Amino acid sequence: MALLEVTEINAHYGRIQALRNLSLKVDKGEIVALIGSNGAGKTTTLRTISGLMHPGQGTIKFDGHDITRTGPEKIVDLGICQSPEGRRLFARMTVMDNLMMGAYTRRDPAQIKVDVEHVFELFPRLKERRNQIAGTLSGGEQQMCAMGRALMAKPKLLMLDEPSLGLSPILCDTIFSIVGEINSAGTPVLLVEQNARRALEVAHRGYVIETGVIVQTGTGKELLESEEVQKAYLGM
Amino acid sequence: MSVPATAQKRGPMWNRLRLRERIRDRDTAIFGILFITAVVWPMATIYATDSTFLIAQAGHAGTYVLLAIGLNVVVGFAGLLDLGYAAFFAIGAYTYALFASNQLASSPLHHEFHMPFWLMLFVGMVVAAVCGAILGFPTLRLRGDYLAIVTLGFGEIVPQLFYNFDQWTGGINAIGNIDQPSLPYWITGPWAEAGITTIKLVPNFSFAYDPVAFYVLIVILVILAVILVRNLHSSRLGRAWMAIREDEVAAAAMGINTVTTKLLAFAIGASFSGFAGAYYGASFGIVSPDSFLFTVSITVLVMIVLGGMGNITGVIVGALAIYFVLNNLLPALPAQVESLADSVGLGSLNVQNGDWPGLAGETQRIAFLLYGLILVVMMLLRPQGLVPSRVREQELKHDAVLEEETAVEQAHA
Ligand SMILES: Nc1ncnc2c1ncn2[C@@H]1O[C@H](COP(=O)(O)OP(=O)(O)O)[C@@H](O)[C@H]1O
Ligand SMILES: [Mg+2]
Repeated sequence: MALLEVTEINAHYGRIQALRNLSLKVDKGEIVALIGSNGAGKTTTLRTISGLMHPGQGTIKFDGHDITRTGPEKIVDLGICQSPEGRRLFARMTVMDNLMMGAYTRRDPAQIKVDVEHVFELFPRLKERRNQIAGTLSGGEQQMCAMGRALMAKPKLLMLDEPSLGLSPILCDTIFSIVGEINSAGTPVLLVEQNARRALEVAHRGYVIETGVIVQTGTGKELLESEEVQKAYLGM
Repeated sequence: MSVPATAQKRGPMWNRLRLRERIRDRDTAIFGILFITAVVWPMATIYATDSTFLIAQAGHAGTYVLLAIGLNVVVGFAGLLDLGYAAFFAIGAYTYALFASNQLASSPLHHEFHMPFWLMLFVGMVVAAVCGAILGFPTLRLRGDYLAIVTLGFGEIVPQLFYNFDQWTGGINAIGNIDQPSLPYWITGPWAEAGITTIKLVPNFSFAYDPVAFYVLIVILVILAVILVRNLHSSRLGRAWMAIREDEVAAAAMGINTVTTKLLAFAIGASFSGFAGAYYGASFGIVSPDSFLFTVSITVLVMIVLGGMGNITGVIVGALAIYFVLNNLLPALPAQVESLADSVGLGSLNVQNGDWPGLAGETQRIAFLLYGLILVVMMLLRPQGLVPSRVREQELKHDAVLEEETAVEQAHA
């Protein structure tokens, strides 16, 4: 059984339907990319999985638990944590405090200390700036801090919402290669991106979402080679 | 040039004291100064003025310090704009007043209660905390301006209730003759009684409207509150409040239960106010609904914003500063202006003349205009507050750097 199994969910904002019969799954060890253009419903999908909103229909199963109607704090506890769209750091708290907020639901202080060091190994920049307030970080550093914060929850599934948004090509490279590193260390990643090429290059599998519907799926390579994807998302 | 001998000697001695290292940061230094001032205040003022007036005033100011510390939990830590904070103050005061006076004898209950002050201090706190949670409940989904309006409404309703349920509360007639706290026998003991002069441990220390006793009490309460809030600030809960203040959605995404965390902010903030209310009721011996109006809420809010929101030291300094302006500076101003006019030869201005009320009268008229001006000027000079938190300072510095950068860019463009 897959780690995360989303089955035919619908989601609404008032009367606007944002997701229609959306199904996807993430297996242990995978990077799964969810690509689509602006407004397609990618963020909504992540919000629904993390319990910030609930689907009108369908089920979400994670690691053997039905989390369709579970609240966000319980879901973090079960092992899903995300770096949300736009980073959403705690601007007036230090980098260190932001990281500690990621570990909020954990009760193993000794291990938390070890994990902070891990995060600092992954993002040496954060170590330099541990006592700086997060609002004063540069865009790339903020993204690193957001990813580090999510990692501090020690998630069984890491979800990243547009981590490359607004970053220079070089920083994008860094971020995507770190996503690869995180994954090789054993954490499955659900990666939401508009930057389809980069995402599909690093991902094992991918889904293409259009106006709340999954229109295509396959391995990263298959999608990169698919004509529809090339036309719509790779500008070819 | 030769260095004076005293300075040469002084250097090493200062070094040996290592004051700089001991006073690790500015906040600790300010705490130290405040604490020492608080300790010597009664002796110093009695010596200087031969009256206990300034001690009584300091006791009253202490009430506001407590209120400011409490409101800072709600507004400064958790970022929930509460404009009705005086309501909890009223609830604390009335809780004590009702159960420690003969008021309830004339109520439909026909039975008066005289509960001990020390117990009611905590009952007042708990009742206010529960009311805080009750108010918090319907407002949890609201943010920013909406929350402010609802709390504003609550602050208007509560005094009205005390005003209108006059069968119980005496309404406009207020509740008077409130019991004075008394120390338990194991503290006063036989040795404190007047006749025995050999072992007077706490001689004549009683609360019968004795400002010194109340002053000691409020200082202890404030110190307890500071210790409590400092610990809260650095606790898990404290960090959760800050996270919610910064970004509620992200906080929820990190696994913080935003509902209980916000409720706790309201409840804990309110409990300080309840505490302060019970003290207030006892120290004045009378409570009436119009002591808890909107102006009280706003004054406390001004205190924390001006002092440096979120920073406990700043909040205390702000409370004392505003208290001083409102209760000492502005009332003394008319007389001061008058004597100033006399001494510079403008004495004629002091005389009332037609529409002109005299300089003193005019000063009194514009007292609140001056208050407003003082606030505006202070905020312009120190937008971060008198003693801001480190974080706020860093942030402002960053903003300044950004501004400079854009200015430089524009200059080069
Ligand atoms: N808070 C909201 N209220 C109403 N509609 C929303 C809200 N958030 C998103 N939507 C709508 O839902 C659809 C999907 O949005 P979203 O999931 O944010 O897309 P994406 O992340 O793929 O850009 C869009 O049509 C958007 O307008
Ligand atoms: Mg999005």
